[in-house]
Amino acid sequence: MPTLAELLTDPEPPRPVITAECPVIDSGGLDAIAEHATRLAPYADALNATDNAAAHAHASNVAVAIALKRLGVEPIMQVACRDKNRLALEADIVGAALHGVSTICCMTGDDVTAGDEPEARRVFDMDSPQLIRATAGLARGRYLSGRALDPAPPLLIGAVENPAAPPFAYRVRRGLKKAAAGARFLQLQLCYHPDRLAEFTELAENAGLTRRVALLPTIALVKGARALRYMNDNVPGIHIPEPVIERVHNATDQREAAYQLALEQARHALSLPGVRGLHFTDFRHDDALGKICADLGLPAIRSAPDGDALVM
Amino acid sequence: MGRLLTTIEHAVKKPVWGCSMCGQCVLHSTGLTCPMNCPKKLRNGPCGGVREDGGCEVDPDMTCVWLKAQGRSERMPRTWREEFDDLRPPVDSRLQGTSSWVNLLTGRDKHVPAGWQPDEEE
Repeated sequence: MPTLAELLTDPEPPRPVITAECPVIDSGGLDAIAEHATRLAPYADALNATDNAAAHAHASNVAVAIALKRLGVEPIMQVACRDKNRLALEADIVGAALHGVSTICCMTGDDVTAGDEPEARRVFDMDSPQLIRATAGLARGRYLSGRALDPAPPLLIGAVENPAAPPFAYRVRRGLKKAAAGARFLQLQLCYHPDRLAEFTELAENAGLTRRVALLPTIALVKGARALRYMNDNVPGIHIPEPVIERVHNATDQREAAYQLALEQARHALSLPGVRGLHFTDFRHDDALGKICADLGLPAIRSAPDGDALVM
Repeated sequence: MGRLLTTIEHAVKKPVWGCSMCGQCVLHSTGLTCPMNCPKKLRNGPCGGVREDGGCEVDPDMTCVWLKAQGRSERMPRTWREEFDDLRPPVDSRLQGTSSWVNLLTGRDKHVPAGWQPDEEE
Protein backbone atom coordinates (compact mmCIF):
# COMPACT_ATOMS: atom_id res chain seq x y z
CA MET A 1 0.00 0.00 0.00
CA PRO A 2 1.47 3.37 -0.95
CA THR A 3 1.97 5.84 1.87
CA LEU A 4 0.27 9.20 1.93
CA ALA A 5 3.62 10.83 1.16
CA GLU A 6 3.99 8.67 -1.94
CA LEU A 7 0.43 9.33 -3.06
CA LEU A 8 0.67 13.08 -2.60
CA THR A 9 3.96 13.40 -4.44
CA ASP A 10 3.10 11.08 -7.33
CA PRO A 11 3.54 13.25 -10.46
CA GLU A 12 0.77 11.34 -12.19
CA PRO A 13 -1.72 10.44 -9.51
CA PRO A 14 -3.83 7.46 -10.58
CA ARG A 15 -6.75 8.49 -8.38
CA PRO A 16 -7.74 11.07 -5.80
CA VAL A 17 -6.33 10.58 -2.31
CA ILE A 18 -8.94 9.93 0.35
CA THR A 19 -8.45 10.75 4.00
CA ALA A 20 -11.05 10.65 6.74
CA GLU A 21 -11.43 11.69 10.33
CA CYS A 22 -11.35 8.90 12.86
CA PRO A 23 -14.28 9.75 15.17
CA VAL A 24 -13.30 10.83 18.68
CA ILE A 25 -12.59 8.02 21.12
CA ASP A 26 -13.24 8.15 24.85
CA SER A 27 -13.14 4.59 26.12
CA GLY A 28 -13.75 1.00 25.17
CA GLY A 29 -10.19 -0.06 24.53
CA LEU A 30 -8.60 -0.53 21.16
CA ASP A 31 -11.77 -2.26 19.97
CA ALA A 32 -13.46 1.13 19.89
CA ILE A 33 -10.86 2.37 17.41
CA ALA A 34 -10.84 -0.88 15.44
CA GLU A 35 -14.58 -0.57 14.91
CA HIS A 36 -14.19 2.82 13.21
CA ALA A 37 -11.14 1.68 11.29
CA THR A 38 -13.07 -1.33 10.00
CA ARG A 39 -15.79 0.95 8.66
CA LEU A 40 -13.60 3.73 7.23
CA ALA A 41 -10.22 2.22 6.34
CA PRO A 42 -11.32 0.30 3.23
CA TYR A 43 -11.92 3.64 1.54
CA ALA A 44 -9.31 5.89 3.11
CA ASP A 45 -5.58 6.14 2.49
CA ALA A 46 -5.14 7.60 5.96
CA LEU A 47 -7.23 8.47 9.00
CA ASN A 48 -6.92 11.61 11.09
CA ALA A 49 -6.34 11.18 14.81
CA THR A 50 -7.84 14.37 16.19
CA ASP A 51 -6.38 16.47 19.00
CA ASN A 52 -9.15 17.30 21.47
CA ALA A 53 -11.48 18.14 18.59
CA ALA A 54 -13.77 21.12 19.10
CA ALA A 55 -11.96 21.81 22.39
CA HIS A 56 -13.47 18.75 24.09
CA ALA A 57 -11.17 16.34 25.93
CA HIS A 58 -10.93 12.87 24.36
CA ALA A 59 -8.42 10.05 24.08
CA SER A 60 -5.26 11.80 22.93
CA ASN A 61 -4.09 12.30 19.36
CA VAL A 62 -0.90 10.38 20.16
CA ALA A 63 -2.69 7.37 21.65
CA VAL A 64 -5.21 7.13 18.82
CA ALA A 65 -2.54 7.64 16.13
CA ILE A 66 -0.42 4.82 17.57
CA ALA A 67 -3.48 2.57 17.75
CA LEU A 68 -4.36 3.29 14.11
CA LYS A 69 -0.80 2.52 13.12
CA ARG A 70 -1.00 -0.82 14.94
CA LEU A 71 -4.24 -1.53 13.10
CA GLY A 72 -2.40 -1.12 9.82
CA VAL A 73 -3.93 2.22 8.92
CA GLU A 74 -1.78 5.25 8.23
CA PRO A 75 -2.59 7.87 10.84
CA ILE A 76 -2.50 11.61 10.24
CA MET A 77 -1.82 12.92 13.71
CA GLN A 78 -3.46 16.27 14.19
CA VAL A 79 -1.56 18.57 16.51
CA ALA A 80 -3.27 21.70 17.81
CA CYS A 81 -1.63 24.67 19.51
CA ARG A 82 -4.39 25.25 22.05
CA ASP A 83 -3.57 22.82 24.85
CA LYS A 84 0.19 22.46 25.02
CA ASN A 85 3.34 24.51 25.00
CA ARG A 86 6.19 23.99 22.57
CA LEU A 87 7.99 21.42 24.74
CA ALA A 88 4.90 19.22 24.96
CA LEU A 89 4.13 19.57 21.24
CA GLU A 90 7.66 18.59 20.25
CA ALA A 91 7.56 15.66 22.69
CA ASP A 92 4.24 14.42 21.28
CA ILE A 93 5.48 14.51 17.70
CA VAL A 94 8.81 12.88 18.48
CA GLY A 95 7.14 10.33 20.75
CA ALA A 96 4.53 9.37 18.17
CA ALA A 97 7.27 9.11 15.54
CA LEU A 98 8.97 6.46 17.70
CA HIS A 99 5.87 4.34 17.06
CA GLY A 100 5.97 4.96 13.33
CA VAL A 101 3.48 7.83 13.26
CA SER A 102 5.05 10.03 10.62
CA THR A 103 2.25 12.18 9.19
CA ILE A 104 1.47 15.29 11.18
CA CYS A 105 -1.25 17.86 10.56
CA CYS A 106 -0.63 21.16 12.34
CA MET A 107 -3.44 23.51 13.31
CA THR A 108 -4.22 26.41 15.61
CA GLY A 109 -7.17 24.65 17.20
CA ASP A 110 -10.62 25.90 18.16
CA ASP A 111 -10.60 28.12 21.20
CA VAL A 112 -11.35 26.61 24.62
CA THR A 113 -14.60 28.60 24.62
CA ALA A 114 -15.89 26.34 21.81
CA GLY A 115 -15.65 23.33 24.09
CA ASP A 116 -17.24 21.99 27.25
CA GLU A 117 -14.50 23.19 29.60
CA PRO A 118 -14.40 26.86 28.59
CA GLU A 119 -12.82 27.80 31.92
CA ALA A 120 -9.58 26.09 30.88
CA ARG A 121 -6.45 28.12 30.26
CA ARG A 122 -5.69 28.45 26.56
CA VAL A 123 -2.03 27.93 25.71
CA PHE A 124 -1.18 28.92 22.12
CA ASP A 125 2.52 29.05 22.95
CA MET A 126 3.09 28.62 19.20
CA ASP A 127 0.73 29.33 16.31
CA SER A 128 0.20 26.91 13.45
CA PRO A 129 2.82 28.28 11.01
CA GLN A 130 5.35 28.21 13.86
CA LEU A 131 4.33 24.65 14.74
CA ILE A 132 4.78 23.63 11.10
CA ARG A 133 8.25 25.16 11.07
CA ALA A 134 9.18 23.54 14.38
CA THR A 135 7.97 20.16 13.07
CA ALA A 136 9.98 20.65 9.89
CA GLY A 137 12.95 21.25 12.16
CA LEU A 138 12.34 17.94 13.92
CA ALA A 139 12.22 16.25 10.52
CA ARG A 140 15.64 17.75 9.83
CA GLY A 141 16.94 16.43 13.10
CA ARG A 142 16.73 19.48 15.34
CA TYR A 143 14.56 20.38 18.27
CA LEU A 144 13.58 24.03 18.45
CA SER A 145 16.48 24.49 20.86
CA GLY A 146 18.89 23.29 18.20
CA ARG A 147 19.57 20.03 20.07
CA ALA A 148 20.04 17.15 17.66
CA LEU A 149 17.73 14.19 17.15
CA ASP A 150 19.67 11.42 15.50
CA PRO A 151 18.34 9.84 13.39
CA ALA A 152 15.81 12.48 12.41
CA PRO A 153 12.24 11.17 12.26
CA PRO A 154 10.92 11.07 8.69
CA LEU A 155 7.87 13.33 8.85
CA LEU A 156 5.26 14.33 6.30
CA ILE A 157 3.85 17.64 7.46
CA GLY A 158 0.46 19.04 6.62
CA ALA A 159 -1.78 21.78 7.86
CA VAL A 160 -5.29 23.13 7.49
CA GLU A 161 -6.79 26.24 5.96
CA ASN A 162 -10.30 27.64 5.86
CA PRO A 163 -11.24 28.85 2.37
CA ALA A 164 -14.61 30.08 3.62
CA ALA A 165 -13.50 32.34 6.49
CA PRO A 166 -12.62 36.01 6.16
CA PRO A 167 -10.34 37.53 4.98
CA PHE A 168 -11.02 35.35 1.90
CA ALA A 169 -8.44 36.75 -0.49
CA TYR A 170 -5.73 36.45 2.16
CA ARG A 171 -6.29 32.73 2.85
CA VAL A 172 -4.10 31.63 -0.05
CA ARG A 173 -1.26 33.82 1.22
CA ARG A 174 -1.62 32.13 4.58
CA GLY A 175 -1.46 28.81 2.76
CA LEU A 176 1.76 29.96 1.10
CA LYS A 177 3.18 30.87 4.49
CA LYS A 178 2.39 27.37 5.73
CA ALA A 179 3.92 25.84 2.61
CA ALA A 180 7.09 27.89 3.15
CA ALA A 181 7.15 26.72 6.76
CA GLY A 182 7.13 23.11 5.58
CA ALA A 183 3.54 21.99 4.93
CA ARG A 184 3.07 19.58 2.01
CA PHE A 185 -0.68 19.18 2.17
CA LEU A 186 -3.61 21.28 3.34
CA GLN A 187 -6.81 19.71 4.60
CA LEU A 188 -9.33 22.45 3.90
CA GLN A 189 -12.09 23.22 6.38
CA LEU A 190 -15.67 22.25 5.49
CA CYS A 191 -16.95 24.75 2.97
CA TYR A 192 -20.61 25.23 2.14
CA HIS A 193 -19.88 28.08 -0.26
CA PRO A 194 -18.82 26.39 -3.52
CA ASP A 195 -17.90 29.78 -4.98
CA ARG A 196 -15.44 30.45 -2.16
CA LEU A 197 -13.81 27.05 -2.54
CA ALA A 198 -13.54 27.57 -6.30
CA GLU A 199 -12.04 31.00 -5.81
CA PHE A 200 -9.57 29.71 -3.24
CA THR A 201 -8.33 26.94 -5.55
CA GLU A 202 -8.09 29.28 -8.50
CA LEU A 203 -6.06 31.77 -6.49
CA ALA A 204 -3.99 28.90 -5.11
CA GLU A 205 -3.25 27.74 -8.63
CA ASN A 206 -2.27 31.24 -9.79
CA ALA A 207 -0.13 31.92 -6.73
CA GLY A 208 1.76 28.63 -7.11
CA LEU A 209 0.37 27.21 -3.88
CA THR A 210 -0.95 24.08 -5.59
CA ARG A 211 2.53 23.23 -6.82
CA ARG A 212 3.78 23.18 -3.24
CA VAL A 213 0.92 21.60 -1.34
CA ALA A 214 -1.79 19.08 -2.12
CA LEU A 215 -5.26 20.43 -1.42
CA LEU A 216 -7.72 18.13 0.31
CA PRO A 217 -11.12 19.82 0.76
CA THR A 218 -13.22 18.39 3.59
CA ILE A 219 -16.66 16.92 3.01
CA ALA A 220 -18.97 16.18 5.92
CA LEU A 221 -21.26 13.16 5.90
CA VAL A 222 -24.20 14.09 8.09
CA LYS A 223 -27.61 12.61 8.86
CA GLY A 224 -29.74 15.64 8.17
CA ALA A 225 -30.52 19.32 8.61
CA ARG A 226 -30.08 19.24 12.37
CA ALA A 227 -26.39 18.44 12.06
CA LEU A 228 -25.93 21.20 9.49
CA ARG A 229 -27.65 23.68 11.78
CA TYR A 230 -25.54 22.53 14.71
CA MET A 231 -22.32 23.04 12.76
CA ASN A 232 -23.46 26.44 11.54
CA ASP A 233 -24.28 27.55 15.08
CA ASN A 234 -21.46 25.93 17.01
CA VAL A 235 -18.41 25.12 14.96
CA PRO A 236 -16.03 28.06 14.68
CA GLY A 237 -15.33 29.12 11.11
CA ILE A 238 -18.18 27.18 9.51
CA HIS A 239 -21.00 29.09 7.89
CA ILE A 240 -23.78 27.25 6.10
CA PRO A 241 -26.17 29.38 4.03
CA GLU A 242 -29.80 29.00 5.13
CA PRO A 243 -31.03 27.73 1.72
CA VAL A 244 -28.57 24.81 1.97
CA ILE A 245 -29.93 23.82 5.38
CA GLU A 246 -33.51 24.34 4.18
CA ARG A 247 -32.95 22.12 1.18
CA VAL A 248 -32.05 19.21 3.43
CA HIS A 249 -34.63 20.14 6.05
CA ASN A 250 -37.52 20.15 3.54
CA ALA A 251 -36.58 16.88 1.86
CA THR A 252 -38.81 13.87 2.49
CA ASP A 253 -35.70 11.81 3.14
CA GLN A 254 -33.25 14.02 5.01
CA ARG A 255 -30.58 11.34 5.18
CA GLU A 256 -30.62 10.95 1.42
CA ALA A 257 -30.77 14.71 0.83
CA ALA A 258 -27.76 15.22 3.11
CA TYR A 259 -25.94 12.47 1.21
CA GLN A 260 -26.73 14.05 -2.16
CA LEU A 261 -25.45 17.39 -0.88
CA ALA A 262 -22.16 15.75 0.13
CA LEU A 263 -21.88 13.97 -3.21
CA GLU A 264 -22.44 17.25 -5.05
CA GLN A 265 -19.78 18.95 -2.91
CA ALA A 266 -17.35 16.10 -3.50
CA ARG A 267 -17.79 16.16 -7.28
CA HIS A 268 -17.42 19.92 -7.35
CA ALA A 269 -14.30 19.86 -5.17
CA LEU A 270 -12.63 17.17 -7.30
CA SER A 271 -13.21 19.29 -10.41
CA LEU A 272 -11.17 22.18 -9.01
CA PRO A 273 -7.50 22.92 -9.76
CA GLY A 274 -4.92 21.62 -7.31
CA VAL A 275 -7.36 19.34 -5.52
CA ARG A 276 -5.50 16.06 -5.00
CA GLY A 277 -8.22 14.33 -3.08
CA LEU A 278 -10.83 14.67 -0.37
CA HIS A 279 -10.98 14.54 3.39
CA PHE A 280 -14.18 13.17 4.92
CA THR A 281 -15.70 13.69 8.34
CA ASP A 282 -18.27 11.01 8.94
CA PHE A 283 -20.91 11.99 11.48
CA ARG A 284 -23.32 9.31 10.24
CA HIS A 285 -21.33 6.28 11.32
CA ASP A 286 -22.94 4.26 8.53
CA ASP A 287 -21.89 3.03 5.09
CA ALA A 288 -21.93 6.52 3.52
CA LEU A 289 -18.17 6.75 2.97
CA GLY A 290 -18.15 3.55 0.93
CA LYS A 291 -21.20 4.67 -0.99
CA ILE A 292 -19.82 8.09 -1.84
CA CYS A 293 -16.49 6.60 -2.94
CA ALA A 294 -18.39 4.18 -5.20
CA ASP A 295 -20.54 7.00 -6.59
CA LEU A 296 -17.38 8.99 -7.29
CA GLY A 297 -15.97 6.01 -9.14
CA LEU A 298 -13.19 5.43 -6.61
CA PRO A 299 -12.07 1.89 -5.93
CA ALA A 300 -12.01 0.43 -2.44
CA ILE A 301 -8.45 0.91 -1.27
CA ARG A 302 -8.16 -2.12 0.97
CA SER A 303 -9.94 -5.45 1.05
CA ALA A 304 -12.74 -5.91 3.56
CA PRO A 305 -11.01 -5.34 6.88
CA ASP A 306 -12.52 -8.21 8.79
CA GLY A 307 -9.47 -8.49 10.94
CA ASP A 308 -7.30 -10.16 8.31
CA ALA A 309 -6.78 -7.12 6.17
CA LEU A 310 -6.01 -5.02 9.20
CA VAL A 311 -2.72 -6.00 10.75
CA MET A 312 -3.39 -6.30 14.43
CA MET B 1 17.27 53.74 31.75
CA GLY B 2 15.67 50.49 30.67
CA ARG B 3 12.97 50.88 33.27
CA LEU B 4 12.29 54.49 32.19
CA LEU B 5 11.95 53.44 28.53
CA THR B 6 9.68 50.59 29.57
CA THR B 7 7.41 53.03 31.39
CA ILE B 8 7.35 55.47 28.49
CA GLU B 9 6.78 52.73 25.93
CA HIS B 10 3.89 51.32 27.88
CA ALA B 11 2.38 54.78 28.41
CA VAL B 12 2.50 55.47 24.67
CA LYS B 13 1.59 52.09 23.24
CA LYS B 14 -1.00 50.87 25.72
CA PRO B 15 -3.69 53.47 24.88
CA VAL B 16 -3.03 53.42 21.13
CA TRP B 17 -2.44 49.73 20.39
CA GLY B 18 -3.49 47.95 23.56
CA CYS B 19 0.16 47.04 24.04
CA SER B 20 0.77 44.25 26.52
CA MET B 21 4.56 44.70 26.54
CA CYS B 22 5.53 41.43 24.90
CA GLY B 23 8.92 43.05 24.40
CA GLN B 24 9.24 41.89 20.78
CA CYS B 25 7.14 44.38 18.87
CA VAL B 26 6.08 43.52 15.32
CA LEU B 27 3.53 46.33 14.85
CA HIS B 28 5.14 47.66 11.67
CA SER B 29 4.74 44.31 9.92
CA THR B 30 1.17 43.73 11.07
CA GLY B 31 -0.52 46.86 9.76
CA LEU B 32 0.12 48.67 13.06
CA THR B 33 -2.29 46.25 14.70
CA CYS B 34 -0.99 44.41 17.75
CA PRO B 35 -1.35 40.63 17.30
CA MET B 36 -1.12 40.14 21.05
CA ASN B 37 -4.70 41.44 21.19
CA CYS B 38 -5.75 38.27 19.39
CA PRO B 39 -7.15 36.02 22.16
CA LYS B 40 -5.03 33.19 20.76
CA LYS B 41 -2.01 35.52 20.54
CA LEU B 42 -1.37 34.39 16.96
CA ARG B 43 1.64 36.07 15.35
CA ASN B 44 1.19 34.74 11.82
CA GLY B 45 -2.27 35.57 10.59
CA PRO B 46 -5.89 34.76 11.35
CA CYS B 47 -7.08 31.36 12.57
CA GLY B 48 -9.82 29.52 10.73
CA GLY B 49 -12.47 30.54 13.24
CA VAL B 50 -13.13 34.06 11.93
CA ARG B 51 -16.89 34.58 11.77
CA GLU B 52 -18.89 35.36 8.67
CA ASP B 53 -19.18 39.02 9.75
CA GLY B 54 -15.46 39.26 10.50
CA GLY B 55 -16.02 38.82 14.24
CA CYS B 56 -13.49 37.05 16.44
CA GLU B 57 -14.18 33.39 17.18
CA VAL B 58 -13.55 33.96 20.90
CA ASP B 59 -15.15 37.38 21.30
CA PRO B 60 -17.85 37.91 18.65
CA ASP B 61 -18.19 41.60 19.56
CA MET B 62 -14.63 42.23 18.50
CA THR B 63 -13.50 42.31 14.86
CA CYS B 64 -10.78 39.73 14.22
CA VAL B 65 -7.46 41.39 15.00
CA TRP B 66 -5.90 39.82 11.93
CA LEU B 67 -8.73 40.93 9.67
CA LYS B 68 -7.94 44.49 10.72
CA ALA B 69 -4.21 43.92 10.50
CA GLN B 70 -4.41 42.53 7.00
CA GLY B 71 -6.57 45.37 5.71
CA ARG B 72 -4.33 47.98 7.30
CA SER B 73 -1.11 46.35 6.12
CA GLU B 74 -2.22 46.99 2.55
CA ARG B 75 -1.91 50.72 3.25
CA MET B 76 1.57 50.45 4.73
CA PRO B 77 4.81 51.39 2.94
CA ARG B 78 5.92 48.57 0.64
CA THR B 79 8.65 47.01 2.84
CA TRP B 80 6.33 46.87 5.82
CA ARG B 81 3.51 45.57 3.65
CA GLU B 82 5.71 42.75 2.37
CA GLU B 83 6.83 41.85 5.88
CA PHE B 84 3.22 40.95 6.64
CA ASP B 85 3.85 37.56 5.04
CA ASP B 86 7.07 36.87 6.99
CA LEU B 87 7.06 33.88 9.28
CA ARG B 88 7.35 35.44 12.73
CA PRO B 89 9.10 33.20 15.29
CA PRO B 90 7.47 31.94 18.49
CA VAL B 91 7.21 34.53 21.24
CA ASP B 92 10.09 34.62 23.71
CA SER B 93 8.20 34.71 26.98
CA ARG B 94 11.30 35.91 28.85
CA LEU B 95 10.83 39.29 27.19
CA GLN B 96 7.33 39.82 28.61
CA GLY B 97 7.23 43.16 30.42
CA THR B 98 10.42 44.49 28.92
CA SER B 99 10.79 47.40 26.50
CA SER B 100 10.77 46.37 22.86
CA TRP B 101 12.57 49.65 22.10
CA VAL B 102 15.49 48.55 24.27
CA ASN B 103 15.32 45.04 22.82
CA LEU B 104 15.38 46.50 19.32
CA LEU B 105 18.44 48.64 20.11
CA THR B 106 20.32 45.75 21.70
CA GLY B 107 19.19 43.27 19.05
CA ARG B 108 17.73 41.07 21.80
CA ASP B 109 14.39 40.88 19.97
CA LYS B 110 16.13 39.18 17.03
CA HIS B 111 17.24 36.22 19.13
CA VAL B 112 15.51 33.03 18.04
CA PRO B 113 16.01 29.47 19.27
CA ALA B 114 18.98 27.79 17.58
CA GLY B 115 16.71 25.27 15.89
CA TRP B 116 14.47 27.94 14.40
CA GLN B 117 15.14 28.45 10.72
CA PRO B 118 12.81 31.08 9.31
CA ASP B 119 13.84 30.55 5.69
CA GLU B 120 12.71 27.85 3.34
CA GLU B 121 15.64 25.61 2.59
CA GLU B 122 14.54 24.35 -0.79
